[in-house]
Amino acid sequence: MLTCEALGHAYPSGGASLDVLKDINFHLEDGDFLAIVGPSGSGKTTLLGLLAGLDRPSHGRVLLDGVDLGALGEDERAKLRRTKVGFIFQSFQLIPTLTAQENVQVPMELAGADDAAERAEALLTRVGLGARGHHYPSQLSGGEQQRVAVARAFSTRPKILFADEPTGNLDAANGDTVVELMTSLNEEFGTTLVLVTHDLELAALARRTIRLADGVIVSDSAA
Amino acid sequence: MTSAAFVLRLAAREARAARRRLLLLTASVTAGVAALVAINSFTDNLTVSVAEQAQELLGADLSFTGRKPIAEIPLAAKWVDSLAALPGAKIARAVNFAAMAYLPSTGNARLVQLRSADQGWPFYGTIETSPAGLWQTLQQGGALVDPSLLTILGAKVGDTLSLGEGRFPILGTVVNIPGDVGLQMAFGARVFIANSALESTGLLGFGARVEHEAFLKLPTATDPQAIAKIARPELRAERVRVRTVADDRDNLTNALTRLGNYLGLVALAALLLGGLGVASAVHVFIRQRLDSIAVLRCLGATSGQIFAIYLLQAIGMGLLGSALGALLGVGLQQAMPLVLSEFIPVSVRVLPSASAIAIGMGLGIWTAAVFALMPLLGVRQISPLATLRRNVNPTRTPWDVARIAAATALVVSVVGLAAVQVGSLRQGAWFAAAIGVALLILWLASLALMAAAKRFTPSSWPYLWRQGLANLHRPANQTVTVVLALGFGAFLLTTLFTAQHNLLRDLKLDGGGESGRPNLVMFDIQPDQRALVTETLAAEGVVTPAFEPIVPMRITMVKGTPVKDLLARGGETPADSGVDTAAAPAERGRRGGGGLWALRREYRSTYRADLRDAEKLTSGKWFDPAETGDGTSDSTAVAISMEADLADELEVKIGDLLVWDIQGVEVHSVLRSLRQVNWARFEPNFFVVFAPGALERAPHSLVTLARVGDTPTRGRIQGQLAARAANITSVDLGDVQRALESVVDRIILAIRFMALFSLATGTVVLVGAIATSRWQRVREGTLLRTLGATRRQVLHILSVEYAALGLGAAVVAAALAGIAGWALARFVFEARFSLPILPMLALAAGLVTLTTLVGLWNSFDVLERPPLEVLRAE
Repeated sequence: MLTCEALGHAYPSGGASLDVLKDINFHLEDGDFLAIVGPSGSGKTTLLGLLAGLDRPSHGRVLLDGVDLGALGEDERAKLRRTKVGFIFQSFQLIPTLTAQENVQVPMELAGADDAAERAEALLTRVGLGARGHHYPSQLSGGEQQRVAVARAFSTRPKILFADEPTGNLDAANGDTVVELMTSLNEEFGTTLVLVTHDLELAALARRTIRLADGVIVSDSAA
Repeated sequence: MTSAAFVLRLAAREARAARRRLLLLTASVTAGVAALVAINSFTDNLTVSVAEQAQELLGADLSFTGRKPIAEIPLAAKWVDSLAALPGAKIARAVNFAAMAYLPSTGNARLVQLRSADQGWPFYGTIETSPAGLWQTLQQGGALVDPSLLTILGAKVGDTLSLGEGRFPILGTVVNIPGDVGLQMAFGARVFIANSALESTGLLGFGARVEHEAFLKLPTATDPQAIAKIARPELRAERVRVRTVADDRDNLTNALTRLGNYLGLVALAALLLGGLGVASAVHVFIRQRLDSIAVLRCLGATSGQIFAIYLLQAIGMGLLGSALGALLGVGLQQAMPLVLSEFIPVSVRVLPSASAIAIGMGLGIWTAAVFALMPLLGVRQISPLATLRRNVNPTRTPWDVARIAAATALVVSVVGLAAVQVGSLRQGAWFAAAIGVALLILWLASLALMAAAKRFTPSSWPYLWRQGLANLHRPANQTVTVVLALGFGAFLLTTLFTAQHNLLRDLKLDGGGESGRPNLVMFDIQPDQRALVTETLAAEGVVTPAFEPIVPMRITMVKGTPVKDLLARGGETPADSGVDTAAAPAERGRRGGGGLWALRREYRSTYRADLRDAEKLTSGKWFDPAETGDGTSDSTAVAISMEADLADELEVKIGDLLVWDIQGVEVHSVLRSLRQVNWARFEPNFFVVFAPGALERAPHSLVTLARVGDTPTRGRIQGQLAARAANITSVDLGDVQRALESVVDRIILAIRFMALFSLATGTVVLVGAIATSRWQRVREGTLLRTLGATRRQVLHILSVEYAALGLGAAVVAAALAGIAGWALARFVFEARFSLPILPMLALAAGLVTLTTLVGLWNSFDVLERPPLEVLRAE
C-alpha cells in the first residue's frame, strides 16, 4: 500500500542544506494503523508531508499504491490525493467560508460525485452532527469541528488516512470521541491509518509505532 | 460532477460567505462604469438626435457661403441659380455679421451678431419666438432679438433698436433656433431682421466681416451630396464653402463624439483606478484565504481549479459592480444635459443606450478580471504543506510565463481600452503611458513618504504622534494603496484647477483702476473718424489712445511661386474667416491642411515701427529705420515681421520674399523677423506687421484700445459711438472676458464632473485599504487599551496616522498637478504659469478630512468594543 525507500529530505538553511530526514525505510499494508512518534523537530511532520504527497522528497521514493509520488507533478499528486488520501489536522483546517456539510462535500465533489450532499449528510449523522450541517466552522466547538474533519477525511473512502496530532487541540473527552471515530471508521472501511502524535497514549492504539529522532527511525515496533 | 461544476459551485459558496470583503471589489469598478455608461450613453443619444435633426441644423438641403454676395461671385451664382431653377427647388439668402446695436431710448449699445434672412428660411425646423409665430412676420419689418439683449440694453419689446442707419422696432424674442449652440450667445446676443431691410442699415461697407449664405431646398430626387462633391472643388478658389445636411451632421457627430470620447477618457481613468482597487482587494482576499487554499490543495484541488474559483469570483463581483455601475450611469445620464447643454445644438432625448451599457459593463468586467489576474496567480504557489506548517515559503520561478502573460495582458488592456475609448491607438498608448507615469510617481512618492516617516519623525515628539506616524511605515501599512488611490483622483482634480486658473488668468483685465490693461476696443474706425473717437473718449475723461491701422490683404506669391499654384498642389480646405483674434491659434489647429489655410485666408495686417508688449522677437532683426522699401518690386520690398508659427505653416524663413494683394495692388515684402505673439491678451495682435513706408496710402481702417474706468462709462461711450458712427464696432472686453470665462468654466465643469468619479473610486479604494488592515489596527488599539491607553489616546494615534496619510496623498497630488499644470500652461495653452493656491489648499484639506473620517469610521470598533471581546474574536 505505502512504501518508503531510502527516503530523505533536506531544507536550505543559511546557504547550506539541513537534513531533516535521513534514510527512512518502511512498508505498510492495506488496513494497517501506524503511529509516528518523536520529540519536536524530529521530522514527524516532514515525513507525513512526504508520505501524503504534499511535498517531494530530496532523496529516495514514496510509493503509494505502487505509484512513485516524487515522479508526479503537483497537480497529478493533487488528483491522486483526491481519490486515495484523507487528512485530519491538529487545527481542523475546515474552510471557514463553507458550512460543515459543504466542507464534507468538497473532496467528493472534487472527485466528481453526484450524490455528495446525501453522502455528506449521512457522514455528519455518523459523527453525531446530523443537525449541524448548515453551521459554519466558527459556529462549532473545537471537538465538533474535528468531527466534521473526520467526516470529511472519510468522505471519499480513502485508501489511506493521515492524521497530524488529531487530538492536539482538543480536551480529553472530545479527543476520545475523535479517536474512537477514526479507529472505528478505519476498521469499517479498511482504511490504512497513519497517525503523527506526541501523545504516547494515543500512539498505543496503533498496531505499529515508528519512533523518530533527529530525522532517523530509532525504533519500529508492532503492538 | 465535472470540474467546471465544482469550480462554479465552490466559487459561489465562498463568495457567499465573503460578501463583505468582495463588496469592495464590486464597489471599485462601480463608479468608473457609471461614469463610462453615463457619458457614452449620452454621446449615443446625441448621435441619434443629431441624425434625427440633421436637416434642421442647416435648415436646408444645401448651402453656399462666401465673403461676398453670391450674385457677385459668378461661378457660385451660376451654381445657385441653376439649382434654384430646378422644379420644386426653393432658395433663401441670409447674411451674418457683427454689428453694434444701439438703443436710443437708454443710450446703451452692444456688439451683436446680426443675421438677416429671406422669407422661407429655414426650410426645415421652426424658429420659436415669444410671442409665438413672429418669425413669419419678420419680413414686414422689425427685429427679433435674443432675450439676453433686452436685459443688457435695458430694452423691452416695442422699443426701437438702431442698427447702423436703420431703425427697427423690437417685435419679440427668439426662444429657440434649430442647430444653435447655447455657448454661442456668450459671444454676443443675436438680432434677426429681414434681408430686405439690410440695405437700410448701411453696415455692409468696407472693413465689415460679412458672411453671405444662399440656402437651397432641392427636389427630393436630387442628391445634395453629389452636387456638393462637384461644386466644392470648382468653388474652392472663389473661397465659397458648400455645406450639406450630411456634412453638418457628420461634422457635428464627429465633434460631439470626440468631446464624448475625451470625457470618457477621464471616466476610464476612474475605472482603471478601480482596477487598482480590484488588484488590492484580490491581493488581500487571497492572503486571507491562504489556509483554505492549502486545505483545498490537500484535498486534491488542482492549482488550475483554485485559480479558476477565485478568478470566477473576481469576474462575478466585477459583473455585479458593473451592473450597479450601469444602473447608476443610466441615472447620471439624466444629469449630463445639465453639464453639457451649452455645447449641444440639438434637443436630446435622454434614453439608456444598450450598446453603451454593454460596453461599460464589458469594460468593468474586463478590468476586474485583468487586474485580478496578477494577484490571483499567486494562488498557484500556495503549497498544501501550509496545512501542516505556517511558514512554508511559496515557490517562485524568476521567469514565470503566466506572470509575464498577465502583465502583458494588463498593459495591452489598458492601452486597448483607452484606444477604443478615444478612437486612436496612438492616443490610447499616450494616455496609458501618462497614467502609468502618474501612478509610478505616486508609488515612488508613497515609498518616500514611508521612508520620511521612518527617518525624520523626531524622537522628542509625544508618544501618540510618533505612534501614529510609525503606522505609516510599519508592516501591513496602507501608505502605498492610499497615496495611489486618493492621490490619483486628487491629482486629476488639482490639475484641472491649475489648468483653469492659468487659462483664465491671462484674460483678467482688472489690474486696478485706470492703471490696468485696456478694456474697451474700437475697430472698423475709418481714418476720417479718428477725431470723432478721440473727442467721444475725451468727453468721458479718457486719455486719447493710439490708433493702429488695419489693412486687409491676401498673399499672392510665396518665394516666387504664385499662391494659385501652391493651392493647386494642396488638398481640400474650407474657406476661411480671416479674422485675427485670440482664437487664431485654435483656428489654425482646427483647419490644419499643411499651410493651406495660411495661403487662403484674408490677413488684417498693420504697419508700425515698434514691437509691442504681447510680442517677443524669436529670430531675425526688428525693422531698421534706415531700410525704406516701398514694396513696389522685389528690389524695393518692404520689411515684414511674421508670427513664428505662421512662418512655419508657410514654410518661409528670414530673407524670403512674399507678395501681397491689397485691394488689387501688389506689395512686395521681405521677411526680416519672426515674433511670438501672446494671443490670449485682449489686444489687437497681428500675424504680419509691415515696416512703415509701404502701406500708408493703402485703404485701411483703424483700431484703438482704451482703459475706461467703469462699466457704465464704457456703456456710455459705446452708446455715443453707435449713435454717431454706426460703422464703428466697440467691444467691452469685460464682456468678452466673462464670455470666455463662462466657456472655459463650462468645459472644466464637464471634465471635473467626470474627474469626480476618480475621486469616488479613490475613496472606495481608500475604504478597502483601511478595511483590510482594520483588524490589525483594532488589535493594536485593543492591546493599547488593555495596557492602559484611554480611548481618547487611541483615537489620537489613529487620527495622526490617517491625517498623515491624507496629507501625504494631497502633497504628492499637488506636486504632480503642479508639474502637469505647468506643462499644460507651457506647451498646450502657451500661457504663463502660477499655482492656484487656494483651491489646492481646499482640496488638500478635503482630502485630509476624508481620509481621517473614513479611517476613524472603520476603526470605530477599537473604541466601542471591550478589549476582552476583541481579543477573543482574534
